[in-house]
Amino acid sequence: MSVTTSHAAAPAPLPPRAGTRIRLANVTKDYGLAVPAVDDVSLTIEPGEFMTLLGPSGSGKTTTLNLIAGFETLTAGTISLNGADVSELPSHKRNLGMLFQNYALFPHMTVAQNVAYPLRERKLPKADITRKVAEVLDLVQLTGRDGHFPAQLSGGQQQRVALARAIVFGPKALLLDEPLGALDRNLRATLQLEIRRIHREVGSTFVFVTHDQEEAMNLSDRIALFNNGRIEQVGTPEALYQSPETLFTARFLGDSNVFELSRVAEGTGTWEDQTWPVDSRTVSPRVGAGGRSALVVRPEDVRLVAGDGVVPPGATSVPATIRDIEYMGAYRTAVLSLGRGNAVGRARLDATESKLGIGQPVLAWWLVERQRIVAA
Amino acid sequence: MTTALRDTDTEPAEVRTARRPRRPRRRERGVDPIPWWLRIVVALVGLYFILPTLFVIPMSFSTATTFQFPPKGFSFQLYENFFTHKVWLQSLRNSVLVALLAALLATVVGTAAALGLHHLTGRLARLVRTLLMISIVTPAIVIAVAVYISFLKWHLVGSLGGYVLAHAVIGVPFVLVSVTSALGGFDPKLLRASASLGAPPWRTFLRVTMPLISRGIVTGAIFAFVTSFDEVVIALFLRSPRFQTLPVQMYNSVTVEIDPTIAASSSVVVIAVTVLCLVLQFVGTRRKSR
Ligand SMILES: Nc1ncnc2c1ncn2[C@@H]1O[C@H](COP(=O)(O)OP(=O)(O)OP(=O)(O)O)[C@@H](O)[C@H]1O
Ligand SMILES: [Mg+2]
Repeated sequence: MSVTTSHAAAPAPLPPRAGTRIRLANVTKDYGLAVPAVDDVSLTIEPGEFMTLLGPSGSGKTTTLNLIAGFETLTAGTISLNGADVSELPSHKRNLGMLFQNYALFPHMTVAQNVAYPLRERKLPKADITRKVAEVLDLVQLTGRDGHFPAQLSGGQQQRVALARAIVFGPKALLLDEPLGALDRNLRATLQLEIRRIHREVGSTFVFVTHDQEEAMNLSDRIALFNNGRIEQVGTPEALYQSPETLFTARFLGDSNVFELSRVAEGTGTWEDQTWPVDSRTVSPRVGAGGRSALVVRPEDVRLVAGDGVVPPGATSVPATIRDIEYMGAYRTAVLSLGRGNAVGRARLDATESKLGIGQPVLAWWLVERQRIVAA
Repeated sequence: MTTALRDTDTEPAEVRTARRPRRPRRRERGVDPIPWWLRIVVALVGLYFILPTLFVIPMSFSTATTFQFPPKGFSFQLYENFFTHKVWLQSLRNSVLVALLAALLATVVGTAAALGLHHLTGRLARLVRTLLMISIVTPAIVIAVAVYISFLKWHLVGSLGGYVLAHAVIGVPFVLVSVTSALGGFDPKLLRASASLGAPPWRTFLRVTMPLISRGIVTGAIFAFVTSFDEVVIALFLRSPRFQTLPVQMYNSVTVEIDPTIAASSSVVVIAVTVLCLVLQFVGTRRKSR
């Protein structure tokens, strides 16, 4: 960062910068509602990391981002950037770039003037400003649009300008609040790739807010999953998908078959009248003694055999009836009613299973290591 | 994910379609034609509004020494009176000075109040807003008497400062209303964007807020100017032999002197105010055509 804010002309175009470590320690924001918007959140975002704050609407993602940006004041806790406490620092002194869902470009300024804005605030010499603006517009593939006003650009182009403006001054980190929320599907996919590319090229820390799990999975190094103002789980997309610790995480990311267990003890779990083997390594550490727990297994891990077929030894199986078969494009999914018929589940059909028909009694089975016991 | 991968090598759609800069389209015209009778009604109402003002202009070229309509003859006698007599010129100068200073003060106060009250919704904010607007609904005579009594005590009667203070109070509501409405179309996210880009609040105001609400500010300022310029009730109370404004001099010229020069001065005022309104129109269309 010091590289670009210094007045000396930087040699290479937008040199890679070491990222910033962002630390949130027991951060709370209370608006005086029934529950705090952000409730005792602690999170460390590593230098250069792409961290996504994911969660349902109202879970406190934006509030957390705004606290990092300095747009809101903390009720409790501290926020530090590279070890320096910035909790009391006003937003304009934090040197963090920000991207908004509605772009927030200055409508009375041209593209070039918008992008030059942070450089002019930093009183860079005119020649440097012109050069940097051209470089960054090239980086976001908007060369030749300097003279356009934001209203003359499409949504995707406006967001590129906003991105250029937010990175041109070499901020300590880039904060993005649902920047692709207002764009259509194809454009979202294009810009996702672009954001990843720019993250690689710029190398600084990105904090990305979204409620779209697919987007989070595609982009992130790590995901912090928010629920009711608290962090439910932090980890890589794989970790969150394959080793959820709570039922909330399992349900939020991808599809899950959920069996609420009435009892987990001595290597077994009880669901309805069935007793299933449980591998202690697949039990989430969040399952407390006597706490409620559930067994979850992904649809792609569930296999089906016709009612009289054989199940490999050691696999967990449960009688089921195929209720419906959904065509998903690349594959088909069977909708099942399980056990006594109260539970609904899903299984992704493979080639051999696709001759199974609706109404057919089957055995649904999965390998014990594919299941996961989570806190319910 | 799969879609995303496929799109890497193709050019994004919006780059292809938007080679030429597009201008925002002009206001769309309605489909229904305006019926003829409605046009006549509109014309009559329009005439009703402007005729009285227009009467004064032919009269200002009259050769008569008293009021007569239709005017007799043609001369610039009345204009000559207006622009050569010290009382008229002095009062015109006073009026312009008072109106400029009052408009300036009202604009600063009104804009600051509009900005401050914009984000507030509480009961206190509503109370403050009402207090600032009160001079619009209070009868002028009530304000005039109140101002007169208090200014007597503070020795402000007949002074430039007294006029400016009193007229600023009646100008503030216009600025407050026009700036508030301009702020309605202002995206508060821009303030956060500006802060994140490193601009302290006062720089944000100068570079972002003010340019975007300038139309509201200019409109309010012109209204405040015009309001002060033709204000007569308070000015009557505050007048002194040393300092009086044009409307008061006009009032005197009719009630005391029966001087037809008022026709010329009225014309001057009408033209000045019309020009100001045209400026306002111009500011408006120039902004919109962006
Ligand atoms: N300025 C505010 N005043 C009062 N309550 C607020 C304010 N901002 C947010 N909240 C509340 O705090 C909670 C969290 O809001 P936040 O905007 O952080 O959610 P979010 O996770 O970003 O949701 P979304 O996906 O809908 O944007 C919500 O219950 C919201 O109503
Ligand atoms: Mg949000």
